[in-house]
Amino acid sequence: MYTHTSNETGAVPPRASWLARTGVGRALAVLAVLTFGSAMAQQGGSAVVSFQDDVATLDPAIGYDWQNWSIIKSIFDGLMDYTPGTTELIPHLAESYTVSEDGRTYVFTLRQGIKFHNGRTMVAGDVKYTLERTLDPATQSPGQGFYLTIEGAQEFIDGAADEVSGIVVIDDSTVQFTTSEPDASFLHKLGLNFAHIVPRETVEAANGDFGHQPVGTGGFMLKEWVLGQRIVLERNPDYFEAGVPFLDELTFQVGVDQNVAFLRLQRGEVDILGDGIPSARYTEVMADPTWSKQVSIGEQMQTGYVTINVEMEPFTDLRVRQALNMAINKDRIVRIINNRAVPATQILPPLFASHDVNYAGYPYDPAAAKALLADAGFPNGFDTVLYAYNVAPNDRIAQAIQADLAEIGVRAELRTQAQSTVIEAGGAGEAPLLWSGGMAWIADYPDPNNFYWPILACASNIPGGWNWAKYCDESIEARAAHADTLARTDQQAERVEEWRSIFVDIMGDAPWIPIFHELQVSMHSTNVTGPDAIFVDPMHIPVHYEMVRRAE
Amino acid sequence: MIRYLLQRLLQAVGVMIGVTIITFLLVFLLPADPARMIAGRSATPATVASIRAELGLDRPLPAQYVTYVKNLVTGDMGRSFAQKAEVTRLIGSRLVPTMQLALAGILFELLIGLPTGIMAALRRGTAVDQAVMAFAFVGVSAPQFVVGLLLIYFLSYLLPIFPLGGYGTPLHVVLPAITVGLAGGGWYARVTRSAMIEVLRQDYVRTARAKGVFPTKVVFKHVLKNAVLPVVALIGLDIGVFMGGIVIVESVFGWPGIGQMIWQAIQLVDIPVIMGGVIVTALFVVVGNLLADLVYPALDPRIRYS
Repeated sequence: MYTHTSNETGAVPPRASWLARTGVGRALAVLAVLTFGSAMAQQGGSAVVSFQDDVATLDPAIGYDWQNWSIIKSIFDGLMDYTPGTTELIPHLAESYTVSEDGRTYVFTLRQGIKFHNGRTMVAGDVKYTLERTLDPATQSPGQGFYLTIEGAQEFIDGAADEVSGIVVIDDSTVQFTTSEPDASFLHKLGLNFAHIVPRETVEAANGDFGHQPVGTGGFMLKEWVLGQRIVLERNPDYFEAGVPFLDELTFQVGVDQNVAFLRLQRGEVDILGDGIPSARYTEVMADPTWSKQVSIGEQMQTGYVTINVEMEPFTDLRVRQALNMAINKDRIVRIINNRAVPATQILPPLFASHDVNYAGYPYDPAAAKALLADAGFPNGFDTVLYAYNVAPNDRIAQAIQADLAEIGVRAELRTQAQSTVIEAGGAGEAPLLWSGGMAWIADYPDPNNFYWPILACASNIPGGWNWAKYCDESIEARAAHADTLARTDQQAERVEEWRSIFVDIMGDAPWIPIFHELQVSMHSTNVTGPDAIFVDPMHIPVHYEMVRRAE
Repeated sequence: MIRYLLQRLLQAVGVMIGVTIITFLLVFLLPADPARMIAGRSATPATVASIRAELGLDRPLPAQYVTYVKNLVTGDMGRSFAQKAEVTRLIGSRLVPTMQLALAGILFELLIGLPTGIMAALRRGTAVDQAVMAFAFVGVSAPQFVVGLLLIYFLSYLLPIFPLGGYGTPLHVVLPAITVGLAGGGWYARVTRSAMIEVLRQDYVRTARAKGVFPTKVVFKHVLKNAVLPVVALIGLDIGVFMGGIVIVESVFGWPGIGQMIWQAIQLVDIPVIMGGVIVTALFVVVGNLLADLVYPALDPRIRYS
């Protein structure tokens, strides 16, 4: 039901061996298409995806939710991408690239003849424009922070420079990036939507509303957008990957209630349930021999956890934090969400190479937990507060956590509130305990450092930051910073090992109670088909639309 | 009359100013920072601060309010924080569907509420009366998402008469309008019933009956016309309420109304959209009530505005 993918980190590449590298990458991509069934699969037909919420924006610099993420990926492309259905990093709009010996300079050669949907050929200047646009404060991009390692980015943001000095257009098909220090996850960052290439003239003509008039280089292009009703995409006949996408037309119907969408799918009016299977119907679907075949289940780069505010009494005592870790019956919580997750022993999900299969984590042992509490001077427990997002199933999960804590004498008052309120409380350091469900954390890219810097680092232990445990260990911070300078291919094994030990050491400090790693579950009609993995793609979350085919 | 109208318009302006101030204060009192919601998880504090500055959220509240009202007067409601599109355009795209559902909903309320209310009043104390009142009670109390889903399940899924939610053809509006009508119809039935009973007691009704006026004519010409005033007031209120969107019905049926838009904006702390939505809604409430007041004298010559 749930398989372990290999080569999880998408181990960050190389320097001079680029020819071999890109050759292999391409071969793997082709292989993937082949193993995904028939590479010769028929093109044509259409499909309908349903969503309850309206799509906010399709601007790659702005869109940052699970709904628009993969729609944007089907309209735009980045220099880097991932083999469909996997976390394996491959060159995409880049034909090839080199990395300098010191790991700071990347030179990309672009594919020839890539065309925007407006007909113009993409050139290296578009790459520079795109990154500068994401960095520009006026754009208000949530992705700005990913690109601060590019040399001159801060000066550009501060208005001290008109351009980013670390992005140099060498000629129309060559662009060079220099980072101020080696950044082992830089290539992953170029695979994020925020670095998906946009044409300047169309962005400017859109007069601030490019998000509703997207023009990219991707496999699909916008045909029609009726606000609040539907978005219709059509196949880009000039797309550079032959035979992709498979569908001629892809429609996103918005405003569709999850239960109604399920009825429509049975009627064949909807092909992919964008919001997933209604939880009330899940057991029924999985028990049905026909419908269960239409369900795809896959791993994602997600961990659901309870943050323990290490700056607050009595959580300053390690024994208390360890006791909490031993108090939670994770198997029961997983059952609450219909087994749509695997219990977590540690911070990193199994999809990461640095996930330690030999680390067992804290056992579920309420008796031992009580003893630890007594040791710490709380034989009768104590009162505390648990924050959680008020949307199902997070309220029920929070109740289960509350009940488990009560077993060892910890009386947690529940505060289930709106998402923005909970995030605010976590950032302000006001939440003693906080269940992260529905808010954090899904990695942006398959590199372990994305599970450290934004949520566990000293650097993110700031008011309004996402380090809700307020955890900060200077020696671990130094090791993390060092690990991220290991950008060369021959250093990757060392880097994976170093991150593995960093996360095991953090678990020793117990700033979190890792609860589970959520699985992606999606359902499609019998009218569409494709390899299971593309319906639960870990990178093109939730569905790799360009790879969806019409069933014969 | 003209003077009355001017007075009411002036009042309306006062109400609208009050609405903008209160809404503005309320959204800014929310314990959530829109800049942080936009900035997302990977943002540095510097990014959040710069977004806050870009949005003008770092300025003092009164200054922000003045700017907002200045722009509002010129018809500029600003741009959505989350979608970046102009709020007027977002609201504009929702107005027609909202209006259609509001009108169809009121129509069904009347179709359901008036006849049942009249019947109950005429058969006061009988089984018919009790049945109507029981229906009204259930209609008013039944959760709309349950009624909506049941209607969809039976009349769209099992018996494919109507489409499975969505928007576009006249057929699409029927089930959402019935859902609205069942709830509102209960109110209409009760109001009609008590107003009718009140009028039926009047001397002129007895006189009309005594002089042998045809019973149907008595009911429609003498009773209903006089009993209809509170119903008109109810319609006036409903125009305002429905134009503010019927969030639950809209979301069950996938109706692209203004309610869904405001609901999503609240989730995202998208202040300009919340403000715009509330202002437009308030405007319809004011207009709806004004219309009801203006219709009164036409129905009841005893009412004169001077």
